[in-house]
Amino acid sequence: MIAGFESPDEGQIYLGGEPINDLTPNKRDTAMVFQSYALLPHYNIFDNVAYGLKIRKLPAEEIREKVTRILGMVGLEGMEDRMTNQLSGGQQQRVALARALVIEPSVLLFDEPLSNLDAKLRVEMRTEVRRIQQEAGITAVYVTHDQSEAMAIADRIIVMKRGVIDQVGDPHAVYYRPVDEFVADFIGESNFLRGKLAEKDGDAGIVAVEGHNVEVDGVRGHSVGDDVTLVLRPEAATLADEGVLHCKVKLSRFMGSYQNYQVMVGDTLVKIQDFNPKTHKIYEVGDEAFVSFTRGDVHAL
Amino acid sequence: MARGQSARLDQKKLLADPILVTTIIVLIVFLTLFILYPLAILLVDAVVGESGPTLSVLQRVLAMPSFETAISNTLVLGLFVGIVATLIGLLFAYVEVYVNLKSRFMSGLFKLVSMLPVVSPPFVLSLSVILLFGKAGLITRTLLGIYDNNVYGFWGIALVQTLTFFPVCYMMFRGLLRNIDPSLEEAARDMGASRWKVFTSVTLPLILPGMGNAFLVSFMESIADFANPMIIGGSYDTLATSIYLQITGAYDKQGASAMSCVLLGITLIMFIVQKYVLERKSTATLTGKAARGRMLITDNSVRIPLSVLCGAVAIFVVALYICVPFGALFKTWGYDYSLTPKWFIQVFTLHHGFEAFADSFGLSLIAAPLTALLSMVIAYLVVKRRFAGRGFIEFVSMLAMAVPGTVLGVGFIRGFSSGVFHTGFMQGLYGTAAILVIVFIVRSLPTGTRSGISALRQIDKSIEESAYDMGANSFQVFMTVTLPLIKDSFLSGLVTAFVRSITAISAVILLVTPQTLMITVQINEYAEKGAYGIACAFATILIIITYARQERGGVTHGQGEEGCASRAHLQDLPGSQDQEGFLRRSRCQLGDCAWRVCDAAGALRLRKDHHPAHDRWLREPG
Repeated sequence: MIAGFESPDEGQIYLGGEPINDLTPNKRDTAMVFQSYALLPHYNIFDNVAYGLKIRKLPAEEIREKVTRILGMVGLEGMEDRMTNQLSGGQQQRVALARALVIEPSVLLFDEPLSNLDAKLRVEMRTEVRRIQQEAGITAVYVTHDQSEAMAIADRIIVMKRGVIDQVGDPHAVYYRPVDEFVADFIGESNFLRGKLAEKDGDAGIVAVEGHNVEVDGVRGHSVGDDVTLVLRPEAATLADEGVLHCKVKLSRFMGSYQNYQVMVGDTLVKIQDFNPKTHKIYEVGDEAFVSFTRGDVHAL
Repeated sequence: MARGQSARLDQKKLLADPILVTTIIVLIVFLTLFILYPLAILLVDAVVGESGPTLSVLQRVLAMPSFETAISNTLVLGLFVGIVATLIGLLFAYVEVYVNLKSRFMSGLFKLVSMLPVVSPPFVLSLSVILLFGKAGLITRTLLGIYDNNVYGFWGIALVQTLTFFPVCYMMFRGLLRNIDPSLEEAARDMGASRWKVFTSVTLPLILPGMGNAFLVSFMESIADFANPMIIGGSYDTLATSIYLQITGAYDKQGASAMSCVLLGITLIMFIVQKYVLERKSTATLTGKAARGRMLITDNSVRIPLSVLCGAVAIFVVALYICVPFGALFKTWGYDYSLTPKWFIQVFTLHHGFEAFADSFGLSLIAAPLTALLSMVIAYLVVKRRFAGRGFIEFVSMLAMAVPGTVLGVGFIRGFSSGVFHTGFMQGLYGTAAILVIVFIVRSLPTGTRSGISALRQIDKSIEESAYDMGANSFQVFMTVTLPLIKDSFLSGLVTAFVRSITAISAVILLVTPQTLMITVQINEYAEKGAYGIACAFATILIIITYARQERGGVTHGQGEEGCASRAHLQDLPGSQDQEGFLRRSRCQLGDCAWRVCDAAGALRLRKDHHPAHDRWLREPG
């Protein structure tokens, strides 16, 4: 919709303060990096990147200079004469990025640009994209389904649910203070502990979960007796001989960087990732233990 | 209301693109004016008399015994050709896809058979069948000593049309059979079915819609065919030739319009059934590609009879085509088989060969790029853009496929000879070379558009979007991105349009004027007159031109002959007088010849409103 290929059902889109609803895609000062890269297969790398500049009828000398500079920025210097099918996926991605950057748009649009790359390359490219975008200093809107990609790249994350904005915030806020279960579940893994607010003192309070009292912050909006859902991140809790919630171990699996547990707290299944497990006590299936965390590790919805 | 804004914005954006809007409007005007309007005027002609709406014209036409015969002739012929061409096509495709032929010769022969009808004018086979089996035929007279064999009539047309149209069926079936996953048939074999049982219980049901499709396509080709019935039909009149006669012989333009409506009605029904029922079914049963190679049949008891059968048919077809250049090289076919270049020389010295080739070549050269570009633009709009009128553009450009050339020709005569809606507007167009170019374009448009659509469907939408996003407008996107990407399809469209144009006859013959000489019309003329040497010489040169073009890019149809009678041999046939009793349709009594136009006294004379297309052959020395 920002690029102009789709039209909004309602509302107005502004770019740099100007309404752009009526403008055709070619009249909008946007540049998009497509999911499929959409490189022009009949042009070489140079001509692909130069396309937007040629449309803008810049002098050939200036085009050459700009394209060379931008190709340097994305690390493709010397490949100007290659055809697009002679490039790897990551390189094609860089060409698509260079092509969008070179016209110096007001906003750079990314449509799941890394989803066609393999997992390792994806991780590598997302830091690249971030570096290049920062270097170019252009506002970017980046669409992704991969929450870790969003965390790695964004200054501000907008979580959308069925086309409606659910939460806007920096990565910290979205991760640690999700506004609802959807956001908590979508960004990272979460345990949801359901209980009733038993005591309340300003923002602090005590929530009764499966017969245990859990001390929490952030209950200002609730009153005593309310149903409260607590979000507990799996890496925020550990298993210990004493702690907050008594539990029984259902699954215990060594994953390398962490020990993966699933435990039952009453009728609630809780996932726990205990990092660097060789320094910790390992609980086996059937053991009884306690889920241990501090009041700052849980977030009340 | 929310939806409303989205739609409104889409429309606004469309209107903000003046190039796109102009293109769409121009296209709609073009299609309406040159496809819909001529057809509509036929309908109006058929049902509106001088004093308002009337069915009298239709009634009069339908009451003509000759017209009744023409309808039943056409349908019987179409049915026969449709069935036989489908079966032969299926046999060829099955043998090619399923049987291990083990020989280069056979596969080369198959390739030749599939290509020949494409590069030759559509009526060449009529010439060669007459040369081989006519009264002076090489086989009938020289070899078998039969002096009175009559190839003219049903069996002549049926033979020629079947041989001309079965390669189309063959290529359709080849595509279908190759798309059948061999494991389906292997599964049936595995469960104990015999090869015949597999064919009837698996293969056949899978290609059944395709068979219907092939039948309808060859049926339509047969009933729309003008040149073959004209040359080899003798007294066996079909709808297409009757319409031509009605307009050129009887000067009954209203009657011709009514007849055209009948023919158009038949082809339209076929077309709709084919396009909207069978084509869908066909793609529904056969999707995707064969997963792996097929075990070919090597069993000699199957292989040898099938190869011999197909080989014999194929060799016969190829031999027919080879006849044509020889027809031009022998002194007098049937009597004196010494080689001579005289026919080729005469083409250029006596028969305006240079002018004919220059005109045909030139006009086709103008029409081809226009057609190719136009069809790519239509394909682009249909596949890539959403706008009001898109469905109209797609439907009308495909509709042209269902319109027989003769019908289109009559539509153009009625629609433009006295200007649009008889107002005199654009009357200047009629009788010029420009109208021929337009006919060429309209006739080749559907094929080009179809190939463009399938090429464009394979291009990811985001490639063009990326160019828009970079700031290019519709025109720039089309020229810099779309067109280069479908270059191959564009080029083959170019060649196809050229070949189709240069070999076109049915609509053209009604619209040419003495200022323009068309090769196909010349061939038809000489073939009718029995001047087979000249006709063959023309046809040979035409085949060489189309073949050369074909080799450099792409696809189509065509054909030629020599012969007979002089004016003295023309005799009136009773009951063939037109309304004014002035001109008659007569039949040549000598030799292998069709009919002429002459006056009541048997002398050729021109009438004031005589169609200019026939000036030349009336002037022709006997």
